[in-house]
Amino acid sequence: MTLSAYDRPVSYIGASVPRPNATRLLQGRGRYVDDKVLPRMVHAAFVRSPHAHARILSIDTAAARALPGVVAIYDGADMAKVITPWVGVLTHLSGMRSPPQPALALGVTHWQGEPVVMVIAHSRAVAEDAAAIVDVDYAVLPAVCDMETALAPDAPRIHPSLDSNLCWERKFEAGAVDAAFADPAATVVERQFIFGRHTGVTLEPRAVIGDYDPSEDRLTMHYSGQAPHMMQSVVSRHLGVPEARVRVVAEDVGGSFGIKIHTYGDEIATLAAAKLLKRPVKFVADRLESFLSDIHARDHRISARAAVDADGRLTAVEIDDVTGIGPYSVYPRSSGIEGNQVVNLTGAPYDFPAYRARLRVVFQNKTPMCQYRAVGHPIAVAVMEGLMDDLATATGRDPADLRRMNLRRDDSYPAASPQGMRFADLSHQQCMEKLLVLMDYDALKAERDAMRARGIHRGIGLVSMVEVTNPSPMFYGVGGAPIAAQDGATARLDASGAVHVANSVTEQGQGTETILAQITAEVMGVTMADVHVTTGDTATVPYGGGTWASRGAGIGGEAMFQAARALRDQVLEVAGVILQTTPATLTLAGGAVVDAATGAERITLRDLARTVYYRGNELPPGLKPELIATRHYRVTDYPFVFTNGAMASYVEVDTDTGMVTLLGHWVVEDVGTILNEKLVDEQIRGGVVQGIGGALYEECIYSDDGQMQNATMADYLVPMAGEMPDIVIAHVCTPTRTSELGAKGAGEAGTAGAPAAVMNAVNDALRPLGAALLSQMPMTPERILRALGTVD
Amino acid sequence: MTGTVTISLRLNGEAVTATLPARMPLVDFLRETMGLTGAHVGCAHGVCGACTVRVDGAAVRGCLMLAAQADGSVVDTIEGLTESGAIADLQDAFHRHNAVQCGYCAPGMLITAADLLDREAVPDRVPDRAEIRDHISGNYCRCTGYQAIVDAIAEVATTRADARATKQGDTA
Repeated sequence: MTLSAYDRPVSYIGASVPRPNATRLLQGRGRYVDDKVLPRMVHAAFVRSPHAHARILSIDTAAARALPGVVAIYDGADMAKVITPWVGVLTHLSGMRSPPQPALALGVTHWQGEPVVMVIAHSRAVAEDAAAIVDVDYAVLPAVCDMETALAPDAPRIHPSLDSNLCWERKFEAGAVDAAFADPAATVVERQFIFGRHTGVTLEPRAVIGDYDPSEDRLTMHYSGQAPHMMQSVVSRHLGVPEARVRVVAEDVGGSFGIKIHTYGDEIATLAAAKLLKRPVKFVADRLESFLSDIHARDHRISARAAVDADGRLTAVEIDDVTGIGPYSVYPRSSGIEGNQVVNLTGAPYDFPAYRARLRVVFQNKTPMCQYRAVGHPIAVAVMEGLMDDLATATGRDPADLRRMNLRRDDSYPAASPQGMRFADLSHQQCMEKLLVLMDYDALKAERDAMRARGIHRGIGLVSMVEVTNPSPMFYGVGGAPIAAQDGATARLDASGAVHVANSVTEQGQGTETILAQITAEVMGVTMADVHVTTGDTATVPYGGGTWASRGAGIGGEAMFQAARALRDQVLEVAGVILQTTPATLTLAGGAVVDAATGAERITLRDLARTVYYRGNELPPGLKPELIATRHYRVTDYPFVFTNGAMASYVEVDTDTGMVTLLGHWVVEDVGTILNEKLVDEQIRGGVVQGIGGALYEECIYSDDGQMQNATMADYLVPMAGEMPDIVIAHVCTPTRTSELGAKGAGEAGTAGAPAAVMNAVNDALRPLGAALLSQMPMTPERILRALGTVD
Repeated sequence: MTGTVTISLRLNGEAVTATLPARMPLVDFLRETMGLTGAHVGCAHGVCGACTVRVDGAAVRGCLMLAAQADGSVVDTIEGLTESGAIADLQDAFHRHNAVQCGYCAPGMLITAADLLDREAVPDRVPDRAEIRDHISGNYCRCTGYQAIVDAIAEVATTRADARATKQGDTA
């Protein structure tokens, strides 16, 4: 009998091992972009538009140029000579349009914070001094900020080349929607939701160093981001450097969450300046720049309704989503995917026959909006779960019972939603039942009710949800974007018997490199200390998409599994020759080739490698050992691998102040095969807290003329340790059939479900008081007091 | 803006004298002049805590203090505290609890955590989770959701209190 990967005495797959690469981060030995200092490096600072919409009348840089230490100053026209504009549309989002976007504003600025002039100097401080005395004269144009009035026929047009401010519209209908709502036996609920803009607030701001060597026409981008190969293609296309001569290096990244996977004019301009000046140029956004130029997220207004029949079975759901994306669809992923996900995912956990949706994606003079952690999911989940609670109230059912009745059955897969989403290997029923036990639902309800009797207002919010993970090319590649849905892994045995692996997925702290080492160590029968991982460098890793859409473990991990197994087979083939036996009688364990039946050591990996590398004369001439293997993996049978989960929040609302105290949060999630439970749990916890941020605190507040009012960390609230609850997590494990490892994604579920759970809990707390339903996020104290009618 | 000052300080145990622009924040001096990149700049206005370092034993925002103000001071950064072993137990607990993801907040968070534990270094005094959460509420972490950080600090608080109790018992 041969031991399988799962039968080994020391099993790394599934073990909660700590992250080897976290040690240096805890010692202050991180290598973030701003930590790098290159010879002759100069620094960029940007003059940004103070207006949401304005014509640039003149730019006077004379005083700035005279400042000692200033090296160069470029405006939009200068940059347009060396950078081609980009267009952020995807062809499969039919009818989407967006005008060409320049790196620096060209003639007209379209949002407050758009880069207008770049100053290069010997230090960032001097570059800022010079930027402060660049004199730009503007003629202010009408700012189009409200996404609904932006669609009015007489609204000023943001782009004269387009006939309206509409970027994209999608309509979808399946089943007998009107008949379901018209059924006299139906109970119909209807609600309007507003989801405010928020942003990522990565603790490390966006940062880039461009390093150009004209002698070889090579451009290196030191990149704080998630998708090096995508950036390599983008940079090549728009700077005119051959793709193979662009190297993108992402070492440590101080938070990303989808913020750092887009094309930013200031970053591309920095690379262009490096090329023009033939010396390294660094740009690190300050916090004000981050708030005004990092992509924003969400920003939806949704009218929604749903119907159940007399038995409480869902019969129809309808949504109308208007979402504001700023003045351009963001390149190259587009700003349409967020709304598209809302259309595709609303109602996904439930079995119902009829669905109608309309989505309008609208240009406005605000910071560009694009994909952020859990793209579209928090919206789809909050809308559906809000309606489920309304239906429970309207029909006099317990919210848990109504969900139980309507969840897709665990034995019903494969299945498809009215939207055509294909589901497999999900466990909504198990997750909900496990959640209700985990939180002790009945006891919690009793506690809530007892507290109510004492004038303490507590509420429970339940959520069922899906998360899109492990995407196939159907997300972006199909629409023409230079974004790979496959990832590659290489595993190589060195002369000391250690294993070196490289993978095209990237690490921003999730633990990507750790799970790659776990998989490799298990397959190769070595300790994790003998596995050395490289990610984030287009010069050294196989080609692949990087990290987004919760694909690191499911796609990068599967590629790693296949590459390590290929290397293992190659090692065993060589061992068979050296030991004069058949490879099938051998396996790897304890850093050695061992007898598969007895476990007895036959030859160490070190001795085998030294024989191959140093003493090839001892091998038969026909043997050509390859102690390196590369494999690529993509999801083929399904467009996406969905995960599912259930979540609950328990809150207390102070009706005098409108403050919400989070008393408890529970998550049951099915991520398929768990490679490292600790890392999965911490992804879920971090995601939940980001979701809570959107639900309660985070909002980019704008004035009517497009000025962001709270663009500092002191004014823009994020969750802090003092307000956050401990989060209890449990798992159901249904491996995906699409891969051998069976791992699904885990990075975004928390963010997807938490806002809905908190919103439902707040409304549960306030419902007995006759308050209006809270349907606007963030649910600030002011909005809660308004709902209670205590303030106007 | 162009004035310079000369400062002398004890930095991670070493005597350092430097001439630098009078307007230079302490964190820029540490990162740019001294190459100590463990302290990070997250907001540059004293909110996020990523630049937290120790000045004369106190946890200080490196972005809110001018380097010139550190003249004559003892300054310790994450690099020095690592080499001295002063926070080795916290670093180990953060590692085991996965209380670090992207790592950008970690040096500041560790110094803030050490500040709490040093303040509470009296026998039988163990800060509870709410006190820990309150104390680190000036340090942003966007990745972890804070729970693992609280777990790690709480564990070290208990371990240190136990060690103090044992030592006191030995002395008595």
